[in-house]
Amino acid sequence: MSQTSFIPEFVSRKSFIELDGRRRAQSLFDEGTWKELVGPFDRMESPWLPRQGIAPQFDDGCVVIKGKIGGMPAVAIALEGAFQGGSIGEVSGAKMTAALDLATKDSEAGKRTAAILLLETGGVRLQEANLGLAAVAEVISSVLALRPHAPVITLIAGTVGCFGGMALAAGVSSYVVMTREARLGLNGPEVIEQESGIDEFDSSDRALIWAIHGGEQRVGMGLADALVEDDAEKIKATIRGYVQADLRPEYRSQQVELYRDRIAALDTSEQIDPLNLRQRWNNKTTGGLR
Amino acid sequence: MSEHIGLRGRAWFQALTGKNQPASGDPGTVLATEAQIGDEPALFLCVVPDPASRFPCVRDGQVGLEEAFTLAHHLRRVITEDREKPKAQKRPVIAIVDVKSQAYGRREETAGIFFAAAASADAYASARMAGHPVISLVAGQAFSGGFLTHGYQANRILSFDDSGIVIHAMHKEAAARITRRSVAELEELGHEIAPMSYDVRDYAKLGLLYKLLHVDDPLHPTTADTEAVRHDLIDAIQDARRGATDLSSWLRSDAAKQTRRAGIAVRAALEAQWQNA
Repeated sequence: MSQTSFIPEFVSRKSFIELDGRRRAQSLFDEGTWKELVGPFDRMESPWLPRQGIAPQFDDGCVVIKGKIGGMPAVAIALEGAFQGGSIGEVSGAKMTAALDLATKDSEAGKRTAAILLLETGGVRLQEANLGLAAVAEVISSVLALRPHAPVITLIAGTVGCFGGMALAAGVSSYVVMTREARLGLNGPEVIEQESGIDEFDSSDRALIWAIHGGEQRVGMGLADALVEDDAEKIKATIRGYVQADLRPEYRSQQVELYRDRIAALDTSEQIDPLNLRQRWNNKTTGGLR
Repeated sequence: MSEHIGLRGRAWFQALTGKNQPASGDPGTVLATEAQIGDEPALFLCVVPDPASRFPCVRDGQVGLEEAFTLAHHLRRVITEDREKPKAQKRPVIAIVDVKSQAYGRREETAGIFFAAAASADAYASARMAGHPVISLVAGQAFSGGFLTHGYQANRILSFDDSGIVIHAMHKEAAARITRRSVAELEELGHEIAPMSYDVRDYAKLGLLYKLLHVDDPLHPTTADTEAVRHDLIDAIQDARRGATDLSSWLRSDAAKQTRRAGIAVRAALEAQWQNA
């Protein structure tokens, strides 16, 4: 510690979580290199929400920014958790898929273009139900098409978290970066309580929720790659590291036999203790920079 | 309706493959086998209910951890075995879909069902991208994360034209609650707003279906029905082999050009702006 560090670090650091989706995405790029594509002035909004009495938004809650990170071409796609819970609809889904597909096209042509997905989302937008579900299937497919050519990095900072179908997009990413304030899972606690009862999951039990879905747990059990502080500079540096990283020969979601065996070894006669599972699964074989 | 979930899947798996039991080493919830379709072998996959599953939250036909990794296991094996074969000889994959949902359980969330589902979707998409024709036959229900895990990465989706078919992001009761409507209002809305509908004929308007199939009783396939469906599957396999290995066919249909206008416009705008950025 230096002489001046009696001022706690968190006083001078810039919070990432306090930024909206657009500023989060902007903050990842090299200064002066980025440009937003199909932004609010293009007014491409959901055709389905107004027909149900819900105000649409000119960007449909999805921000696409193209530019350079660490000198390399990259595109960031951010879901804005404050608009309709960050839900995926027809327009926001099409933005995401199209950006990924264009990154793939450039990468195949020799201009490696990484993608960063900033996911704050509850999943499919129920007002656009089946088009949202199809959009998720398309996003997954497009992530997988880009992954052999350039890194696809999912960043979940919080505080909405990443749930529903988009959690599968995180699952197939090259790397997943989370903060302690972020959560990642398929079904949120309220949904489980509703569908399977309070004995299965008490959604008011905050400690349980963080123990299962929290960033520390997901990184600790090897299903995410880096735990970062809520610090815009540190997050920027972590993302830059992954953008510049060499491509891996194998990604986590291809390690089927390893995980099939791990599931087979679970004792399901009672609920699984998250901390115990973390200790058993903690491994160095999966994604991430080592 | 709930007592019928999974029965149609099992019935069609049996009709098309002659088998009805899980493979050795697989859980009771997954049916996987190789069987002839036309003049070639294909991998058939189906998720079924198992009241004896050691995971309580999948016993009614939901897709959980074991199901996802078992599907992925069979798919990865076929991809590896056919790696060096020319595209025309890569085995087709037929996913028979009748799934209530993903598993809503604490065990599943703790052990990362999001990742299991991702691994299965990855395996299905990898098979498709490697040139295997991947065909989904929706025989009953195809809900949400269950469908994303098992069947939605297919390059051709076929479904029966029948009131028992439900393809949707969330079941009616939950969707009504979350969107603050009654179930009756939700059903009414579906007739005006195609993506909200629970009717497979409205789903067909989205342009995601390759074909709607007509059989008298999807729960009890006759020999004639089975032959007809087999022909439709063969036709879909051939069409998939001729087409792209991505999901672009979904946007090229006349139905998609109507219903998905907004999404198609977004793609065009993004591509135009991408060049200059």
